[in-house]
Order: sequence, then C-alpha cells, then structure tokens
Amino acid sequence: MSNKRLCSASDLETLRTEILAKRNPDKPIVTVCTGTACQAYGSLEVFRRFADELKKQGSRGSVVEAKATGCHGFCEQGPVVVIFPQEICYVRVKLEDVPEIVSTTLAGDGVIERLLYKDPVTGERIAKAPDIPFYKNQLRIVFGNNKYIDPGDIDDYIALGGYSALSKALFLMTPEQVLEEIKRSGLRGRGGGGFPTGVKWEATRNGSRGLKYVIVNCDEGDPGAYMDRSIMEGNPHAVLEGLTIGAYAIGSQEGFIYVRQEYPIAYQNTIQAVRQAEEYGFLAKGILGSGFDFGVTIHRGAGAFVSGESTALMSAIEGKVGEPRMKYIHTAVSGIKGRPSCLNNVETWANVSVIINRGAEWFNSIGTKGSKGSKIFSLVGKVNNTGLVEVPMGMTLRQLVYDIGGGIPKGKRFKAVQTGGPSGGVIPERCLDTPIDFDELTKLGSMMGSGGMVVMDEDTCMVDTARYFVNFCCEESCGQCIPCREGLRMLREILTDICEGKGKEGDIEAIEDIAEVMEYASLCALGSTAANPALTTLKYFRDEYEAHIKEKRCPARACKALTAYYIDPAKCTACMICRKSCPTEAICGDKSIIHWIEQEKCIKCNACFEVCPPRFSAVRRISGEPLPPPPAPGTRVVREKKR
Amino acid sequence: MVSKTRHKESTKVSRAVKKAVGSYQRDQDMLIQILLDLQSMFGWLSEEVLTEVSEQLDVPVTRVYQIASYYKAFSLVPTGRYIVKVCLGTACQVRGAPQLLNVVSAMLKMKPSETSADMRFTLETVNCLGCCAMGPVIAVDGVYHSKPSASDLRTIFEAAK
Amino acid sequence: MPMTITLQIDGKEVKATKGMTVLESAREAGIEIPTLCYHEKLEPYGVCRICSVEVEKKGKTRIVASCGFPVEQGLVVRTRSPRIDKIRKVIIELVAPTTMVDGEVAGEIKKIGNEYGADIHRFESRFRAKPTRCILCGRCVRYCDEVIGEHAIGFMGRGIDRRAAFFPEKARACLTCQACFNLCPTGKIPSETDFVVFDGFSVDDYLAGEL
Repeated sequence: MSNKRLCSASDLETLRTEILAKRNPDKPIVTVCTGTACQAYGSLEVFRRFADELKKQGSRGSVVEAKATGCHGFCEQGPVVVIFPQEICYVRVKLEDVPEIVSTTLAGDGVIERLLYKDPVTGERIAKAPDIPFYKNQLRIVFGNNKYIDPGDIDDYIALGGYSALSKALFLMTPEQVLEEIKRSGLRGRGGGGFPTGVKWEATRNGSRGLKYVIVNCDEGDPGAYMDRSIMEGNPHAVLEGLTIGAYAIGSQEGFIYVRQEYPIAYQNTIQAVRQAEEYGFLAKGILGSGFDFGVTIHRGAGAFVSGESTALMSAIEGKVGEPRMKYIHTAVSGIKGRPSCLNNVETWANVSVIINRGAEWFNSIGTKGSKGSKIFSLVGKVNNTGLVEVPMGMTLRQLVYDIGGGIPKGKRFKAVQTGGPSGGVIPERCLDTPIDFDELTKLGSMMGSGGMVVMDEDTCMVDTARYFVNFCCEESCGQCIPCREGLRMLREILTDICEGKGKEGDIEAIEDIAEVMEYASLCALGSTAANPALTTLKYFRDEYEAHIKEKRCPARACKALTAYYIDPAKCTACMICRKSCPTEAICGDKSIIHWIEQEKCIKCNACFEVCPPRFSAVRRISGEPLPPPPAPGTRVVREKKR
Repeated sequence: MVSKTRHKESTKVSRAVKKAVGSYQRDQDMLIQILLDLQSMFGWLSEEVLTEVSEQLDVPVTRVYQIASYYKAFSLVPTGRYIVKVCLGTACQVRGAPQLLNVVSAMLKMKPSETSADMRFTLETVNCLGCCAMGPVIAVDGVYHSKPSASDLRTIFEAAK
Repeated sequence: MPMTITLQIDGKEVKATKGMTVLESAREAGIEIPTLCYHEKLEPYGVCRICSVEVEKKGKTRIVASCGFPVEQGLVVRTRSPRIDKIRKVIIELVAPTTMVDGEVAGEIKKIGNEYGADIHRFESRFRAKPTRCILCGRCVRYCDEVIGEHAIGFMGRGIDRRAAFFPEKARACLTCQACFNLCPTGKIPSETDFVVFDGFSVDDYLAGEL
C-alpha cells in the first residue's frame, strides 16, 4: 500500500487509478482460499508452496502472482485454488499437486482433470468456477468479492471499487439522504431478527443529541453458522466501509466491532484492516477531507453465546459481564451507557456500500416483497455441497438444498432442514417449496436466523435434534431469569429421558407448558426462542416423540439407548470386514462362520453398519422390536453354488 | 483459609497486570479485554491476578470474579499445556462428534473440562469451530484435524509433549 | 411538573406519573401483583418474571415484567389471565425442587404457589442436581451493591451453574451488617450462615465446586 493519507474524494480516485494501472487484468494470478476451514485442510501450506514454486519455476516470465484470499464458500471441496484470468477452479488441492499445477496451468495452458470439480450426478468435470452449479446458481452480491481479495491488502479492496460508496455518501449525499436510501432499500437485519435496518438507523439518529454509537455484531454463535466469520476474515473493509457510512447517516463518531474470541483470524484481520484504513484516512478526523470524524474500537468476546444478544453485547462493551438486561426502551434510544446505539450484524453492514453504490431501486429488484436483496447461508449437514452460499431472497428451500447443495449424499432420503440455529426450527419435506423470506420462514414456525441451514436425512432423530439444541441453550443461558434457566434445565432432562427410553405420559404436555412460559416470560430472546426446536419438531414430527415415549422406539434408529445393532444371519457371508472395524471386538464369528454382535460389548458406534458391503447389507439397526435370537455358535455360512 | 491458587512472585503478577491495564489506558470498559490478555499470558487467572486487576482498575472484586467465572475463555484453575477441543456443533453432531468424543475421552482417560494429572492436556467440548464441512473436527493446541481415526489421534497425542 | 399519565389496570382507571413502572403504579392504586426479586430500594432486575402482566397498546398485546415496564398514556394492563396465571404457576413449579426443605416450600414462594395452584412436586423427580435453595433473585447481591455499597457478595458462573457467593475478605463486615439475611426469599442465607459465619458460601467454595 502507498503511504499517502487521502484528503479528498479525488485523492481516492487518483489512488485507485494508480493501483489499477499497476495491475494487468490478463496477468495470471493463483488464488488460494485461506479461510479458517480451508486452513484446517492445510491451505496455508499450499499457498506457501505456490509462492515457493513460482519463484523456482519462474513461470511465464515470472509474473505469476500467488494470493491468499479469504473464504470462497466451497468448503466441502477445500483447499480451493482458483486461477485467474481463466477462473479455472481446482478443488481438494494437496501440497503434492502444487508443482504440477504450476507447470501445467500456470507455465503452460493445460488443465489437470483429476483436480477439477466433478458433478456427482452427470460425472462431468467442470473447469471454470462460474460454470460449477454450486456457484452458478448463487447471487454473490456481498460474498463474491472474497475470492479477489487478500484481506491483508487494502489496495485489493480499493481496486474493486472499495470506499467509493463512502466517498459518494460523504460528498454527494447528506446524512438524511443516506438514511432514506437504506430505508427505501428495504434492507432487514441479517443477524436473525430481520428488523428493518433503516428504521433502526432512524431511531438512533433521532435519539437524544450527543454521543451516539454504531456497533458491528460479529459474535456469531449459532452452531454451524460461519458467514460472518468469512466476511470479517476475507473482506473486513466491506464491513468497515458500511459501518462508516452508517455512522455518517446516524451522526455517530465512535464505532465498536465486537468479534467473538473463537475467531482469531477474523480478529487479526480486522485489526490490520482498521490500521490500514486509518493510514489511508478512511477512519480519521475529517475522513477524506470532509467534516466527518469516525473511529472504531475492537472488542473480543470471551466465549459466551448469549453475549451476542444486543443488551448483553453492549454490557460487555461497557466492561461489565455480557449478560442481557431487562429493557423496555430500545437500545437505539438508550444503549451503551444510556446513549443511542445502533447495533447491526456483520452481513447487514456489508450490504450498505453495495446499496449506496447501486441504489435502493436495484436492491429492491432482488428478493420478495417483504425480504429484499440476498442472504448468505451456511449450508451444512447431510448435503453434498456444504459451504457458504449467497442466494436471492425468494429462492425456494428446495432449490437451495438440491440445485446448489446437490441433494442428499449416499442416496438417503431428505427429512428436514433446520434454520435459525437454536432459536429456529425444522422444516419438513412438504414445505420445501417455501421461498426464503423472513416472514415465510416465521410462518412455518422457524425463522431466517443468522443463516445456518442444517440439512437432515432419514437417519437423524428429531427428538434428539430438539434435545441437542435445548442442551446447547441450557449451557449458554446466562442463568439470570427463572423461565429460561429452570425451563431449559427441565426441558433438557425431559428430552434426554425420552431419547433414553425413559419418556412418560405427560412429557409432551410438560414440554409444551414449559415452552409457553419460556416464550412469554423470558428476559431475553435466547430464553423466548430456545424452545422453538422442541416445538417445531413436535409440530412436524410428533409421531417420533410418541414412538419414543409409548413404544420405546426411535424411528430414525439413531438414539443409542433404543437401538440395537443386529447382523442378519440370512444375509451375512462372514466376510470379516465388520469384525475388523469393531472398536470393542464385540463381533464374534470367523471366516465362513456367521458373525454375531455381542450386545453387552456393542457401543453402537455405527462402524459395522457403514462398512458392511452394500451387496450384503447384513447389518440392521433395530428399534422398538425384540432382538431375534442368535444363531447357534459356529453356524456356518450357507453359500449358494454358482451355476 | 489457604488459597491453593497463588503465584510465587507477586511483583511479577502486579507488573504484568500493570502492563495489561496500561495498554488499554486503564479504561474500565476494557476489563474483559484485559482479562483476555492476562489469560493468554498466564494460561489461567489466579486469585492474585484477579485481585490485582480489581485494585489497579478500581472495580469491585465481585465484578472481576463474575466476569472471570462467566466466560469459557477464562480458567480459574491452571490448565494443561495442550487444550484438546472436540467440536459438538450441529454439523459435527450429525457427522459423529459424540463418538469421536468418546474415543478421545477414553484415550486421554479424561472427561470434558478435566486436566490430566501431568498437566499435559485439558479436554474441552466446544459448540462450533466453524469448519462444518470437515466435521467431525478436533482442535489440538489450535491445530484442526478433520475426521481423525483412532491411530491419527494416537499420533497427535504422542506428538504433544 | 411531573407529567400525569392515565392507564387502565384490570379495568380500573389508574393515575400515575411519567417514569413510574406498571408495578409501582399498581401498588400505589392498591392492586396486587406478586413479586420475588423486586425490592423498592433497588433498581428493578426483572429475573423472577412472577410480576409478568399483559399490556395492550394499539390493539397489540404483549407480556412484560411489570417491575420494569414504564407506564404509558392509555396503556391497558391485565394482571391476571389464563396465560399469566400459567406463567406464575409454572415458575413456582420450576423453582420448587431447588428451594424445598423437607418436602415443603415456604414464604412468598409457598404463598404464590398456593394462589396459583402450583404442584410443587411436578418436576421433583426430574430435578437431578444438588438443590441450592437459591432462586438467584439477586436481592442480596444488589442490596449490597446498591444500598450498602460493600460489594461483598456477587454472582459467579453461568446458567444452571450460576451461584451467589460471598467474598471472605469483604464478608468480615457482613457479621455486623447482615442486611441481606432478611431479604432472602427462601431463607437460605440466614440458615446457611447460621447468622455467624460464611463458610460453605464463599468464592473458594464455588471454585471447589461445592456451591
């Protein structure tokens, strides 16, 4: 980066021109995704290897650049490497593949087939990233830039037009006009609440004169959701720019960025981005020579899901324990230290500069009547293409799960998709054609939430799913109020008992009673929504609860206490494969002697079920019926003679 | 009563706390940040550290203790050299995280939240490491491992000395 | 001049001043709303949720904690309804196992339980933790913080592991103060400190996992 401090809108444009002049769009660049997930696959080493190899092989006049970017979103296929300008996409790249990629695709014109993405249905190998269905069906308004940006280099952001929205806001628009634009865009909070962003900004702006605060909530805590992490890691300036524009519209000079402690890379990248923004003067007294001052302080969380609740987060920023407070006056009116405070989610802030640059009308043209724009989802669980996807509001859940997600692996049957994290609910197959929309999802009993979308198949037990989320909330509850603390304690006991075959008559009514009290009498939204997973699973899968309670049967055959593993003597060919895979040596038998599971030793790890060759399918899971008697010891396999 | 949780050199503690507090201009709003830095430095927060923070920052000791005992990032007892985290997030859960936890627990001969007698390992469960496509995931000393087999785990634990 | 506000509580017209809470205005008008964590000398905390009431504004009804909800002109308040009654009943049922002594609950908890038909044994068999006899109403902590100014007792932990614990060095002043003893709705503090010592109730006991 240059060491100029930018003092006017034209300074910024001059800098941008200079940066672009030094960049040749035809120059080959190999980008390696180094988001947290790909890094866990070893992508950082892959990147370093590229950097080394390029020095060694001196490909194509030694002008190939290696760039480490943030998350591309195709996490199932990491480490992901994309080579520009052709946008050739290599997946599951290993360290050993690097020299071949350099000599074949960078120094030469070739493409390595085995490293290309293979469509699981057609078997076709697809070379270019934009042609891969996973990417093709998305609308990556906010997330798309991640693959072009090295988060450690502000110039990458500027090269893509970064900070032009801020410049436009400061010099071509009044704060009121910026506010109007956001209101007209229809942007709704992306953190879960879906509250109209423009209305929140306006309430803060109209709060009492004096100190006002704007806050970035990066305390993303829903298990399975990591959209905000990927934005904060991979494109922190998008958030900073949006925050600064918001501060201008609201009349705030001081911002806070709250990053959860479990995101060390996002935290480091944010610190670096703030430093670079300050050096250029994007965060300063008199930004770009305007009369507007703005600066930010970064706070780390310390490991508490409930600290993401707005009153709790503001408490933490005040140096007090991050627990919610009873508040009947909106934090936009009275927040941090009683001052008007506008808290928005990372993704919400990241949408702001896009709206300012492209206009509210354009934003309005995307999405549904009540939900405008796009939304980033973390598509995980029992689905082929897991990762981060950005789609227009209005796309149906079915399109998301099948067209982008590639459907359910191993030929299993779809059962439900869980949205909204611990505050949300399950959505069954018959509702899959519901469009993705704040109000539509709420009508189903679930919610949009922050974007976690967990796909579940026939092997997932819905009662266990409810138990899992209730357990999570029970551990994360701050414990202040009785309905949440004691309600979750009891719900956890009841649901655990049901999963262990200890459910009794009256349990479902108890769950519903406790859920009602939690919903209406809890102090904060953690408590008031924590029973939703239990309520929606009851609504759509009540038969599973009744089977567990009345028949001691788990229809999904997942609850260990209610499931026994059984090898069918008629199908077993005594091939020994399951015997070798059993971690507790619970399977007796031998070559040509029928295998049999000793129930006392079985820990129900599922290994035998998974390894038994499909053509035999001799291992069965039994629930709710008595186990057939064992064959006599030493019974030999009867093999049919081939004719 | 005798506190079992004392550092031997109290000036070392007060100097470390002074530095941490000073790096945030003794701003009481930054109490949680200060404790995070001290946790990182010492590996845990002793009674001495917490009392020193209370005095130097002029906040009630109850508030300091409340914060230190409320958050997962803080430990009020010494922890092992290697923190082993097993992710129990939703995606890992459906991909067999509970079984992985059983295996790890058996291998280390510990239950979650326990520290081994030789202070080498502390076992924890976490609610989401954010690598959902790689589940089930275990992190040892910050390094992530995807779908480790029993022999992978043995190798990892042996290497951690 | 403080602004006068007129609201309706249980069909009765009530006059209040701006800045009052629904609970305060109800009490002034002689209308009963049960509470557990409320204390007139302390900032409303809103954690027991027993004082929950229905409030209706512009046709929309919500349930709020009356100890914290500010009065508004034209607000319609209902202190009883099937849902409110259920809330109070179930709250007592939920705290009964941890507060029970010899199979009985006492004091305000017993009174509210009787009034709302709570079955104090409903969740007994599924309460598998060690009873603490504490409902975490926070009156002790808050009184010491806000009125006495000693900060001798504080909250530790989170969720179902949340506890109130004394800090021994500070607690030396407690022997003569004893202000929190009579504030405790379950009688835990006076019975466990024997009006004398705080052993078994301190932060060291918390760290040892004994609270």
